[in-house]
Amino acid sequence: MANRGAVGKEGVPFEMWIERGKVREFARATRSAHAEYFSEAPVVPPTFLTTMFFWEDGVDGANPWHHVKLDQKRGMHAEQEYVFHGPPPRAGTKHVARSRIESVFDKEGRRGGKMTFAVMVTEFRDESGTLVAEARMTGVETEKPPSSEDK
Amino acid sequence: MRWEDIREGAEPAPLVVGPVTRTDFVRYQGASGDMNPIHHDETFARAAGYDAPLAVGMFQAGVLATWATNWLGPANVRKTKVRWKEQVWPGDVLTCSGKIARKYEENGERKVDLDLVCTKQNGGVAVQGWMTFVVP
Repeated sequence: MANRGAVGKEGVPFEMWIERGKVREFARATRSAHAEYFSEAPVVPPTFLTTMFFWEDGVDGANPWHHVKLDQKRGMHAEQEYVFHGPPPRAGTKHVARSRIESVFDKEGRRGGKMTFAVMVTEFRDESGTLVAEARMTGVETEKPPSSEDK
Repeated sequence: MRWEDIREGAEPAPLVVGPVTRTDFVRYQGASGDMNPIHHDETFARAAGYDAPLAVGMFQAGVLATWATNWLGPANVRKTKVRWKEQVWPGDVLTCSGKIARKYEENGERKVDLDLVCTKQNGGVAVQGWMTFVVP
């Protein structure tokens, strides 16, 4: 049962460095051989900011997701969004990021059954404090566990 | 990619990946930091009621975004949104494609919105995506 009181809960800020080797590793894992990723200071791939958890989970109190209390056994990643307010961050740059729970809401599933969604937003600011990127993660909890047959 | 050469409805060749393997999932997990055992540990996955480890959703989302950056350039990405539909299993073949939904100018920048889709060999949709790129 999700906790609606989680809305507005905010984590403490955490640092995230964009590292060249990590960018290259991520590009390779997502089947990109684009020349950009082999340059000296490549931009991050479109979904690279998912690696923020390497940084966020190392800082006590940074990740507010646990407040949502979605059942992990019936939980899934439903949607994910990344917005860049300019060119994507480049390797060699440092950011300060902060996550907060934006919303918790219910929807009726197409085959019946209530689905509960929760959304966490993470803002990334560069060293001058400018907002350069946002990550928006939507998790869902279904009334029954997903299975192999669940198409 | 030149602005004059882009038209709404344009649909370059898809990126076909697979059959995807457990190794693909593990490589992605190492790169991303999501080490959930359900994506690599056969025993754990079976105990959870699955026939095999399932792909990390962000893996196929990342491959779908790769199709678009190969075309329009990684530095030009401004927005990426994905929604997961069907799960992906070892042995699935992923076809990533999309088209220009809208070509426009906004705040002095030339932009395109893309509708993307990652389908499996059985025709099922694994991931739907939406991206925005600037076109310098």
